Amino acid sequence: MSSTDLTGDATRRPFTGRRVRFGDVSLQAVAGAAAAAATLLVFLIAYKVVRGAQPAIVRYGIHFVTRVAWDPVKNVYGAGSFLFGTAVTSLVALAIAAPLAIGIALFLTELAPRRLRAPVTALVETLAAIPSVVIGLWGILVLGPILRDHVEPALHGALGFIPLFGAPSTTGSSIFTAVVVLTIMILPIVASISRELFLGVPRDLKEGALALGTTRWEMVRGVVFPYARGGIAAALILGLGRAVGEAIAVTQVIGGGVGIHWNLFATGDTLASKIAASYQGAQSNIQLSSLVYLGLILLVFSLVMNASAQVIVRRTARRHGAPRGAAG
Amino acid sequence: MSTHSLTKAALRAEGLPRRRAVNRLMELLAWLAAALAVAILGIVVWSVARRGAGALNLDLLTKTPVQFSLVPVKQGLANAFAGSLVIVALATAMALPVGILVAVYLMEFARPALRTAVSLTLDVLNGVPAIVIGIFVYGLLVLGHGQSGYAGSFALACIMLPLVARSTMEVLALVPSSLREASLALGVPRWRTTLSIVLPQTIGGIVTGTVLAVARVAGETAPLLFVSSLVGTQVSWDPHHALQTVPVAIFELAESPDPADHTRAWAAALVLLIFILFASLGARWLATRSARRMSTAR
Repeated sequence: MSSTDLTGDATRRPFTGRRVRFGDVSLQAVAGAAAAAATLLVFLIAYKVVRGAQPAIVRYGIHFVTRVAWDPVKNVYGAGSFLFGTAVTSLVALAIAAPLAIGIALFLTELAPRRLRAPVTALVETLAAIPSVVIGLWGILVLGPILRDHVEPALHGALGFIPLFGAPSTTGSSIFTAVVVLTIMILPIVASISRELFLGVPRDLKEGALALGTTRWEMVRGVVFPYARGGIAAALILGLGRAVGEAIAVTQVIGGGVGIHWNLFATGDTLASKIAASYQGAQSNIQLSSLVYLGLILLVFSLVMNASAQVIVRRTARRHGAPRGAAG
Repeated sequence: MSTHSLTKAALRAEGLPRRRAVNRLMELLAWLAAALAVAILGIVVWSVARRGAGALNLDLLTKTPVQFSLVPVKQGLANAFAGSLVIVALATAMALPVGILVAVYLMEFARPALRTAVSLTLDVLNGVPAIVIGIFVYGLLVLGHGQSGYAGSFALACIMLPLVARSTMEVLALVPSSLREASLALGVPRWRTTLSIVLPQTIGGIVTGTVLAVARVAGETAPLLFVSSLVGTQVSWDPHHALQTVPVAIFELAESPDPADHTRAWAAALVLLIFILFASLGARWLATRSARRMSTAR
């Protein structure tokens, strides 16, 4: 009788008769509070930015987003020209960086001799670790003059009939310099995410394709790219997000200015660079608030891009986790 | 779809020379892309080293900047190095414990659904542009109180927090559950199992993640620009006031028309680069060491 009770008690104990320990409860409470604080931080950031932008939202409304104007004298502000600058710089940078980054990732996973893999991977990651202010310093003092004296005149001479390649800049500060700087900054990020994706492609699929007699490039196109497609899309979105949010290096090299034009060699501003350049010297509360409004647009962009990248990653992971059908 | 095109490609044996040529071309392009990335790194590092090495001396670390002077004087960025030290140390002191606790909660206590949700928030926090963090901290701590080193370190802590939490979560996931079960089976309470059995296993990974996070925020300019930038030229260790930092100093010196200021910016950038290089190499070395220890433990 008592022995059956004992065993019954022993098996049931983890489920019902559990003693509540003070230590367990307090650790869970403290750690839970930390997690809650981290979550709250994101909402606090959103709240503070919305509150800071409120005067400008009330005064200019949604038209602020598209208005091409920034006039502290007449107090007329709009995000239009900075949205345009952000779109041009980050999309062109992404268009240049994407094929290069995928090439680097293919080199690191498929082509590089074993001895080169680890060192080149480390070098690519080191490029990602260089602070933006250092890239910006290099961009304005070294890269800018080179582009101004050699690259821009050459492009203007050869392709000047395309409005993108207008008159070369006079100072070395231009949208084009910003594009090159952003390309350098997002290249290692997209490359190292793509590298991890390509490493995840099952070896048997790759070897199966090669055994069918494909060349290595056909194997990459037929197996690696389809398998990693979702991940590559997410990597590109994350790279774009980085380019859109980069303030310091862009401020240093883009030169500043308001207006929409198609000449890559003229100066301009992005959302982030405008904030970095003008926030400290804002003359009025409404100007400060308008700058925070730019920050709000930036925040919304980064939230949307991050969330969509995460969704893509999760969906891809689920698809790959499921058994692969033969009827592909 | 892809399988179909594959077989088709394989059966098209007649185009073999062309296919080989395409393959050769694509391989060449991938080699070139990798070479370009390495070359860019080389050019940037070499530019910084060549221009900064001349001004890299003890004066840079010990002397303070001089605002106006008619005669050339020895000056350095001692105030920036001191400020960076204070602000980054304070930021680490804020972010490290909270980051570890967040990871412990998510990996050891939270339900999977909650874990997914909070991890997503951490990723979102990681993706918030640094300049927006600057605006946030300006509105939260600077408006009405003035700039301070504390505000600067809080801004950097916001950037460090998701990095530390993420890397700690990754190593916690690697701790074998048999270890936890063995400890619990011996009657050790859960909190002691977590603190004295599980967490010590992850020290290597946590240190690696923290070093990488420190290396990342030591070079951050954007969050400090409106939060800790209105500074004097004297060395100060007091975070109640705005402190100069190395990245903000580089940013300001780069905009100066004086070439002597550029030289000091290059030298400061060189110091920053050397620090970051050593930190990431050290972190890499620590990571491989602790990975080896973990795999032998299992």
